[in-house]
Amino acid sequence: MRKLLLQSLFRQPLTEQAPRPDDAAIAELAATVGRTARRRLGRSLSIREVDAGSCNGCELEIHALSNPYYDVERFGIRFVASPRHADVLLVTGPVTKNMREALERTYNATPDPKWVVAAGDCARDGGCFAGSYAVVGGVSAIVPVDLHIPGCPPPPMTILRGLLSLLEEVDSGGAAR
Amino acid sequence: MPALIDLIRAGRRVERHSPWPRVSVDSGTWRSAAGALADGSLSLLGLWGEPSRVHMALLDNSTSNIGVISLDCRDRRYASVAARHRPALRPERTIHDLFGLVAIETPDSRPWLDHGRWQMLAPLGERLDAAPDAAPYPFLSAEGDSLHQIPVGPVHAGIIEPGHFRFTASGETVVRLEQRLGYTHKGVEGLMAGSTVEQAARLAGRVSGDSTVAYGLAFAQAVEAAQQIAVPPRAVLLRALMAELERLANHLGDIGAICNDASFALMHAHCGVLREQVLRAADTAFGHRLMRDIVVPGGLARDIAGDGPTAIRAALEQIRRHFPSLVELYDNTASLQDRTVGTGIVTVALARQFAAGGYVGRASGRTYDARRSPGYHPYDGLRFDVPVLSDGDVNARVWIRIREVEQSLSLAGQILDALEAGPIKVPLQIAPEPCEGIALVEGFRGDILAWLRLSDGRIERCHLRDPSWFQWPLLEAAIEGNIVADFPLCNKSFNCSYSGHDL
Repeated sequence: MRKLLLQSLFRQPLTEQAPRPDDAAIAELAATVGRTARRRLGRSLSIREVDAGSCNGCELEIHALSNPYYDVERFGIRFVASPRHADVLLVTGPVTKNMREALERTYNATPDPKWVVAAGDCARDGGCFAGSYAVVGGVSAIVPVDLHIPGCPPPPMTILRGLLSLLEEVDSGGAAR
Repeated sequence: MPALIDLIRAGRRVERHSPWPRVSVDSGTWRSAAGALADGSLSLLGLWGEPSRVHMALLDNSTSNIGVISLDCRDRRYASVAARHRPALRPERTIHDLFGLVAIETPDSRPWLDHGRWQMLAPLGERLDAAPDAAPYPFLSAEGDSLHQIPVGPVHAGIIEPGHFRFTASGETVVRLEQRLGYTHKGVEGLMAGSTVEQAARLAGRVSGDSTVAYGLAFAQAVEAAQQIAVPPRAVLLRALMAELERLANHLGDIGAICNDASFALMHAHCGVLREQVLRAADTAFGHRLMRDIVVPGGLARDIAGDGPTAIRAALEQIRRHFPSLVELYDNTASLQDRTVGTGIVTVALARQFAAGGYVGRASGRTYDARRSPGYHPYDGLRFDVPVLSDGDVNARVWIRIREVEQSLSLAGQILDALEAGPIKVPLQIAPEPCEGIALVEGFRGDILAWLRLSDGRIERCHLRDPSWFQWPLLEAAIEGNIVADFPLCNKSFNCSYSGHDL
């Protein structure tokens, strides 16, 4: 371990630089998200992610937000373990009948003010699972939704842009629930 | 005990079922198949229902032959396979939930996917009215001094899929884990019934998001088998290229995430970088980071982009350059090894009994890889090894992934070298008579089974069996005697699919 630490001290970091082509876009987004979040919420935005029946595709891309390329924590956005710590519920999937109660309970456990973001095409209206005996429909069929982020799944940059637009709406006086 | 060939001979051959035989059997043959599963001469590849019929896909362990036996159950009952061969238990409970068929002498008659919320019973069978209120689910008991229960989920602390885990612990030690799944059940097989092939292909690509290529491939191969059509060589190669990229991305993500669950975030960050590079290359090459909806029955929905091969080669080169030092880091970090070595052991016997595929099986001595056996194009013309270990712990599951990353790097390179110009799609046909197809495809998690019947160009019935069906139960066994705090680590080393299982 000592050798490893010494190596880490003297060697170039293994971490790669952020990809060149998107650098400007990410930086711009980062600055705006940071500013808006700070103005409204002090210094951070805490998100509780809820999979209400998704295929896991959206979760993969939400995960990617935390990798070194996107590193959302540097914007003050962080994923929290409990709805009681959350400002935002980020909900994915068509809401299955088997997850309906869990989603309602999670929503009710989230303190006000709170916002709900529905990520992915399924979360809008059930997507290609709409009409199934086992599916209720989109997230808004169960809890009030403030923003939909389209995509199947939405890429990390799209999710980030979506969170930004939510913050802007919040900032311009959109009522929280 | 009978070999698979004897069971097939004992039945009545069903016409137009490809590529492996399907036979209708009587209940005596059905029972002897259950016996052959119990004594280990056969492995269970799948067990699924229709409104008044049950099917069992079987693998002969000595000859590697595959066949399907089907039993008509006119009185809506059939002899339980699980009574003799426990891996059949959850599939049987599911058949009861979806079709209302009763397994006689089943060791567990509790519902599985049906949580009492669908407002109906047997949604794919008789669609009977259900009681409005869901009955409480009786968990299995564990008795002893000072035992306490810890309920976890369905909403977990991390960004993962929903499922419920009921731990019974004695102090820190897990005495029993019982899983309750089905929260993400979307009724995919119900939606597929009667849909067009195109609609069903989209659904197949959304069964499990991390395996969208593998599921697309399994479904497409089953359609192509049913229609007896051959896909152009370029499409075959590009399909395999996408499958290997998917495997690379998932394994890299998993290796990092397992280490992260042992609080070693450094590996997670580095592996996340490599994973992201694969996804970006996939996006450049195929227009979608997860390569969803590219594999379609008959070939591909689109060709690889002009700059695709260069982007993929660059990503492969990045991994070749950086991955070895990460492997070294994993191997030389004592605090990390302390968590992974000897944790969550799956015995060789259990892996064999459950016919566990993927890294779960291969970390516990089961040499099975659908790319090898039954095998499919283009893997018969490519060089690759199937790594196998027998320790069965978290560490072994990490090492299988490490070795498979190396193999996938080599395979992707070989495929790019072999790529030649040509068509990427052939038209589907509408057969005058119903026809059936079956396929077994190696996803990153293990072998995915797809079975379907086409009628008038539409899907009459389709069943998709995720590798997780035969891995989830092993997680219950693996955690026993470990401490509660090691559960996330064990769970991540399995990385079973919830959505693929719940369907």
